[in-house]
Amino acid sequence: MTLAMPQENGAPRIVLSARGLRRDFGGFTAVKDVDLDVHHARVHALIGPNGAGKTTVFNLLTKFLQPTHGTITLLGEDITNMAPDKVARKGLVRSFQISAVFPHLSVLDNVRVALQRPNRLAIQFWKPLSALDALNVKADQLIRSVGLEKERNAVAADLSYGRKRVLEIATTLALDPKVLLLDEPMAGMGHEDVGMVAEIIREVARERAVLMVEHNLSVVETLCDHVTVLQRGEILAEGDYATVANNPLVRTAYMGTEEA
Amino acid sequence: MTLTLELEKQKERTPVVVQTVFLGVGLAVLVLAPLFFYPVFLMKLLCFALFACAFNLLLGYTGLLSFGHAAFFGGAAYFTAHTVKEWGLPPELGILAGVVGAAFLGAIIGFFAIRRQGIYFAMITLALAQMFYFFCLQAEFTRGEDGIQSVPRGHLFGVIDLSQSTNMYYFVLAVFVIGIIIIWRIINSPFGMILKSIRENETRAISLGYSVRNYKLAAFVMSATLTGLAGGLKALVFQFATLTDVGWQMSGEVILMTLLGGIGTLIGPLFGAALVVTLQNYLATSEFPVTIITGVVFMVCVLLFRRGIVGEFYNSRLGRKLGFEHRHSH
Repeated sequence: MTLAMPQENGAPRIVLSARGLRRDFGGFTAVKDVDLDVHHARVHALIGPNGAGKTTVFNLLTKFLQPTHGTITLLGEDITNMAPDKVARKGLVRSFQISAVFPHLSVLDNVRVALQRPNRLAIQFWKPLSALDALNVKADQLIRSVGLEKERNAVAADLSYGRKRVLEIATTLALDPKVLLLDEPMAGMGHEDVGMVAEIIREVARERAVLMVEHNLSVVETLCDHVTVLQRGEILAEGDYATVANNPLVRTAYMGTEEA
Repeated sequence: MTLTLELEKQKERTPVVVQTVFLGVGLAVLVLAPLFFYPVFLMKLLCFALFACAFNLLLGYTGLLSFGHAAFFGGAAYFTAHTVKEWGLPPELGILAGVVGAAFLGAIIGFFAIRRQGIYFAMITLALAQMFYFFCLQAEFTRGEDGIQSVPRGHLFGVIDLSQSTNMYYFVLAVFVIGIIIIWRIINSPFGMILKSIRENETRAISLGYSVRNYKLAAFVMSATLTGLAGGLKALVFQFATLTDVGWQMSGEVILMTLLGGIGTLIGPLFGAALVVTLQNYLATSEFPVTIITGVVFMVCVLLFRRGIVGEFYNSRLGRKLGFEHRHSH
């Protein structure tokens, strides 16, 4: 990528933006005219009731789904018609709602697989596996940064649900992405893990843009700088947490969670 | 967790010793085998074992079930037979011709097949392989139903006379060992690691930026190429190439061998091939149809040994104790 990064001067710059994003499934419109701007060095939350289209928006942005209409721009480049693996190579990396790890590989190998491509160690079929030991320093650093060092050699399938999510974040960070899309990173996690993951996300967002789907509104309140509320595939409200939380439309949509 | 670490440590020590012993015994058996068995039978066995191992590179390690591998096996047999007999190439170059031809066929069939998944992938490989079958039936150089007969084995590197079956056997054994080493290297390489991760979770591999199609195509071509090595070799062993080798039954047979031996194990297909070839040889002279026996064996295997012979051994108490691990859990 030869794109020159615009200098940081006051206003946070937009790294990922969508205009008029729409996706139809047969007669059903899952996402309708969504405009979204994700800024560098910000944590942006995408919230909304079940079925609001949050995950569909993620799938559209990362090109796992092709939008029916609209354009997506990543770092000034139109990625509307790009293949999902190429989008990932451009620096837009996602995690999944259901934990996405390689179940029969160890924690270390999971992280190393993520590191292989950026370190040009992914196509050598003539080299021994020990060639991958060159990645161990970086891998261990990542493993430590998410607190998985005790489980380093455990098989991923044996980890608890929360630990799998943490591992997935580590493999996502291994790509050193410019924009991170996290789909419910804290769902199903224990209390202490939630705090730790929030801390990791905060740390990560200092040099990157983060867009996350999250149901835990107290996490959204403390962690996110900007909130977009989706309902039935459309944007209902947008702004910082206080603005959004006081919006009567949002209160109606979130009936029963008004204390948030 | 400490238990896992403890086991992990133990795993690291024992298998090296145990596997070296197994490897040594295996090689010794193969080297001494012609003293006890008919060499042509052994050579047939090794050719099919290499074929099955190459096929397993795709099924066991990439998770792609091809139903068209006969095209590469039989195609290479034709290419080798033709170049050796008609062009007068020495055996080593004849086999090379078969290998290159199979790689070329693999690139074409793979290019179309990897665009689809699961049963559609299998059906496309079958369809394209059948097209190749009909090409072989019609083409001039394959001599249709007759096949290419009485192919000379020639002199290896112009020196070693391969018409002597002992010489031929050790040549086949050497090629077999080289083939297995190549497969082993591919599986246990950085590239093999990515193949494994694609098999484990394709979506995640894509989201990590891997262009899964290219990896699948590469694995497909590699599998086809090594299958070509087995096919070319077989043409020299039997000194003919016929339609049987490109027919769909051959594609089915290699699946059977691989499943019987154990998919996702390096040497499983070798045992599967040995079993099937032995059965075929035993029953060849009797009235009893071979397919019924192999069919029954296959059913027993699917019902009782889901992991295949070697897979079940790895997973047994003894196998675990010896430090063989079998992670593939299909």
